[in-house]
Amino acid sequence: MILIGERINGSFKDIAAAIKERNKAPIQEWAKKQTEAGADYLDVNLGAVSKSADDFRWLIQTVCEAVPTPISVDYNKLDLMRAGLEAYREFGGGRPVIINSTTAEDSKLIPLVELAVRYNAGLIGVVMDERGSPQDVDRRVELGAKIFAVASEAGLTPDRIYLDPIVMPLKFMQEQAKNVLEAIRQFAVISDPPPHISIGLSNICSKAKERSLINRTFLVMAMAAGCDTAICNVCDTELMNAVATAELILNKEIYSDDYLKAYRKRG
Amino acid sequence: MPVAIPDVKKTWPNAINVVTLGATKEEGGTRTVKVTVGGATALPFHHFEDKMPYPPAIAMEVWDVAPQDWPDALAEHFQDVWHDPGLWAKKCVEQYGADLICLRLAGCDPVRQNRGPHEAAQAVKRVLESVGVPLIVWGTGNDDKDNEIFPAVAEAASGENCLLGTITEDNYKTLVALCTAYKHKVIAESPCDVNIAKQVNILATDMGFKPEDIVIYPTSAALGYGLEYVYSVMERARLAALRGDKMLSQPMICDIGIEVWGVKEAKASERELPEWGAQKERGPLWEATTAYVYLLAGADILILRHPKAVASVREVIKQLMGDGLT
Repeated sequence: MILIGERINGSFKDIAAAIKERNKAPIQEWAKKQTEAGADYLDVNLGAVSKSADDFRWLIQTVCEAVPTPISVDYNKLDLMRAGLEAYREFGGGRPVIINSTTAEDSKLIPLVELAVRYNAGLIGVVMDERGSPQDVDRRVELGAKIFAVASEAGLTPDRIYLDPIVMPLKFMQEQAKNVLEAIRQFAVISDPPPHISIGLSNICSKAKERSLINRTFLVMAMAAGCDTAICNVCDTELMNAVATAELILNKEIYSDDYLKAYRKRG
Repeated sequence: MPVAIPDVKKTWPNAINVVTLGATKEEGGTRTVKVTVGGATALPFHHFEDKMPYPPAIAMEVWDVAPQDWPDALAEHFQDVWHDPGLWAKKCVEQYGADLICLRLAGCDPVRQNRGPHEAAQAVKRVLESVGVPLIVWGTGNDDKDNEIFPAVAEAASGENCLLGTITEDNYKTLVALCTAYKHKVIAESPCDVNIAKQVNILATDMGFKPEDIVIYPTSAALGYGLEYVYSVMERARLAALRGDKMLSQPMICDIGIEVWGVKEAKASERELPEWGAQKERGPLWEATTAYVYLLAGADILILRHPKAVASVREVIKQLMGDGLT
């Protein structure tokens, strides 16, 4: 399971404040905390707090200085994404990178695929387009196949393509959860070997009371369907324990009595 | 019309740990050579996929006491020296080209001579002063006895960066603490069980021991006596390691001589079983054939007894590493 730590995101108040004040400490603390918790990548997102390439550059540098963990560069505007990737190339010293994310819209998809090729990056492709987010399985799969086809055509191998079926809040769009699971199953047969299948997990529990339980139940079900990547709260110990156990049940990791310890030490 | 052959090469995200045994004078020891194993980033000898930077190493087995039950085929090579582990080790290195010596403290076993820590330490020192290759010290397998003798053994070999074993799921704390204190590597034993192999490593590392200082002993079996079970355990461990399991990424050691020379195919004389041919040929052949199989399963260190088996396995390693192949 590829776990992407979600916490360095300008939509969190403490990160927003740190970006505004150019205060490295809270950001670097989260970088370390998430790395220790087992994050394979750290998502780094300016959020709505700034539109400045300089801020994004500073944020990426700040994270790279703190930990050797690779980054998923997260921004929804092309020019800042390019600036972020350039900064990461400078400060990340050749670490792997994921671009988070493109949609299936040609105007985004084509330039972001080009960036992924140029920066030797993985690319998360979210299955939405100019018509918005799909509400059914078929549309999700159709857009997933389109993203896969365009990315493959440009030379991205399946192990660099991450399809995201768009997780929606259980509380408000209850019927979508099972559509997402079915879309994951179908993504898994798009190619052999299959592309990665990535979810933004925390959407599922938005505004709900039992956030942690909903997160881990859904993630385990998504893993069973074929999901192998999640942007999530890696500091939720129960969530990490559920992932470690699901990996055993799927026979992806070898059982040992103290497998939870082994899972934590896996990095 | 030419048929396109699909490229089935695999790439792996993880490497087997590199383990170096022995310490030279500059490093605080007295070894004249060091041995490094591990480092593979592909399945054994899959040079077409990726690298296997270090060839498997051959350790020859030496005892602290003269064995009473070794068959003639072995005795004829060692009975002139087996009264002295130093001379025995010297012969293995100088005459038969052993990369390492594995000193088995069989004399300390309560069912043999029940020797104590002082005698164990003396045997270790004797081997260390007689040869320049790195040393493996293998205990008795009796938990209480091993915990009694290893403090003296670890201290006697202090600074020499030896490989000491074995720890098990039920008995690991003493030896792990000693290996930490005296800077030795440790052999982690599991009973032909990949889950326990992983568990022992977790237990040892949970004490702060470095995963890079462990060598896995997945148990060994002779050809015809369950070798295929061990093979599949080793194969599973190696596949998991290459896929990224850090608790199975250790090199593996196979204790072959002791297993092979305990089965009738190797130890029965031609007087007993004339139709099986000369023991002098048959025994080493059984030992070498067993070793070949473990090489393919991912063995990084092989402990052998018969000089002919050693020579044959060395040649096979050379060929499998790509040297001498045309």
